Amino acid sequence: MSLSTADVQKVARLARLAMNNEEIEAARVQLSGIFELIAQMQAVDTTGIAPMSHAQDLSQRLREDCVTETNQRELFQSIAPQVEDGLYLVPQVIE
Amino acid sequence: MARGGFFILASFPSLLNKMINASLKQLADQLAAKKISSVELTKLYLDQIATHNPVYNAYLSVNAKVSLAQAAAADERIASGNGLPLTGIPIAQKDIFCAKGWRTTCGSKMLADFIAPYDAHVIEQFNRAGAVNLGKTNMDEFAMGSSNETSYFGPVRNPWNQKAVPGGSSGGAASAVAARLCAAATGTDTGGSIRQPASLCGITGIKPTYGTVSRYGMIAFASSLDQAGPMAKSAEDCALMLNVMTGFDERDSTSLQREKEDYTRDLTKPLAGLRIGLPKEFFAEGLSSDVGARIQEAIAEYRKLGASIVGISLPNTKLAVPVYYVLAPAEASSNLSRYDGVRYGHRADEYTDLADMYEKSRSQGFGEEVKRRIMIGTYVLSHGYYDAYYLQAQKIRRLIAQDFTDAFKQCDVIMGPTSPSTAFNLGEKGDDPVQMYLSDIYTIAVNLAGLPGMSIPCGFGDACANNTAMPVGLQIIGNYFDEARMLNVAHQYQLATDWHTRRPQGF
Repeated sequence: MSLSTADVQKVARLARLAMNNEEIEAARVQLSGIFELIAQMQAVDTTGIAPMSHAQDLSQRLREDCVTETNQRELFQSIAPQVEDGLYLVPQVIE
Repeated sequence: MARGGFFILASFPSLLNKMINASLKQLADQLAAKKISSVELTKLYLDQIATHNPVYNAYLSVNAKVSLAQAAAADERIASGNGLPLTGIPIAQKDIFCAKGWRTTCGSKMLADFIAPYDAHVIEQFNRAGAVNLGKTNMDEFAMGSSNETSYFGPVRNPWNQKAVPGGSSGGAASAVAARLCAAATGTDTGGSIRQPASLCGITGIKPTYGTVSRYGMIAFASSLDQAGPMAKSAEDCALMLNVMTGFDERDSTSLQREKEDYTRDLTKPLAGLRIGLPKEFFAEGLSSDVGARIQEAIAEYRKLGASIVGISLPNTKLAVPVYYVLAPAEASSNLSRYDGVRYGHRADEYTDLADMYEKSRSQGFGEEVKRRIMIGTYVLSHGYYDAYYLQAQKIRRLIAQDFTDAFKQCDVIMGPTSPSTAFNLGEKGDDPVQMYLSDIYTIAVNLAGLPGMSIPCGFGDACANNTAMPVGLQIIGNYFDEARMLNVAHQYQLATDWHTRRPQGF
């Protein structure tokens, strides 16, 4: 299967990856090769087979709906790129 | 205590130096008998790291002060009679495990300055056991790679030959064990990342049943496949490590609620009556002849030990690689969406708005292979393609798991090669991701099924272009929760052969 430049640009945008034209083209060639490998799956008849999402088909455990974590805001924010007054700073979104 | 230890070291320097090749059990005995101290042992390994790491690049972080403080605490604990089997033993931790106060990079520029604010469950378990954290080992970026060449911090070298790769993604751990830069190490395995580097570096490693070791604090790659396990010099050492690493943890929603087991309990059982399944697909086209020959010799040894051989088939083996390269990237693209440059990790220096900040931070922070997998995952999960790729892959995953269930009706363990060839050279497969992906053909299906798998050294291949005969690994695949039996099967082989005691020149 061969991907188009537009396909790769769209995926890069969805994945929030900035790529220049050269990188897009390199990715297009390599992804096309990988999707050729993946295409082997399409020949398999999987009618009536239930998808397997986990190794053990167990239902998720439930817990009491109560607070279990302690507040460690200062510790966690000490490794943030930019904080002020306990808030994470990002470029302005709303005018 | 420390003074006593020093006196003994001064009197018998050779005893401490011998410890570099000692088993974990021997180390524990020497520590308990006060023949050596944990501080001495830790210093010995720190010296080894200082000498060899500039060449092998197996460690990304070492913190002598922290390690020695842990060692001193361990010595006190042993002196007070409260030591456990791994108390005072220096362990290398893969840099995928968050360890409080330690730089934890996952091999990525994205986390190059990330100081973990908490301990992974695995780290907590080792701390409780009184083990010493010797340092954080190098790895492929976000565990995506089979050669350790995708690490942002440079590749690791194979102690058997510096031109060769150590395998990946737990390449730093494998190299550190083989070069005797630690007593034992931890690794993680999503598609073979414990077993393949263990094979390429001539050491023993086991990936337990999915859900056995908690993933809490283990940086996520593909959550339905990721599983941690030990990498060490022998099966016996792996059993002792697994005793510490496993256990229920409510903070991992896939952690299994099971009774704690002693993985050493069956080590000494004889193998008479053991049925070994050999899947014909593991000996087909693509397997190097020298690797195939060593595997057959290992099987012959097992016959001598009383095992019988059953021919089996895992008909969907070929589909494991394509299925894996849909499911793992899909999960990775979701897991890695958290790296946005806001709460932690790399943020670009310059940007125009929020969207630009996300894109630039991620593009600068992630390497080529990680970006490639994020894009595959994003594509297969995108509107219009989900059924054809993701859902189809999940259905075939069930067929692959069913192959193993059927096979285990006829045999107790499955054996075959871990990797189709011995270690290749740095740069050899760099430009073609598909070739690199195909080198994991024998290991990937085990992760998809969630089964336990291990690799043990079973000889050496033909001398390669570098004039070195590189190690060959025998893969042992067990049924769910059959780790104790697999370790028994491996240990009995290691009693009858000495491949696991062979060391690279200079170590």
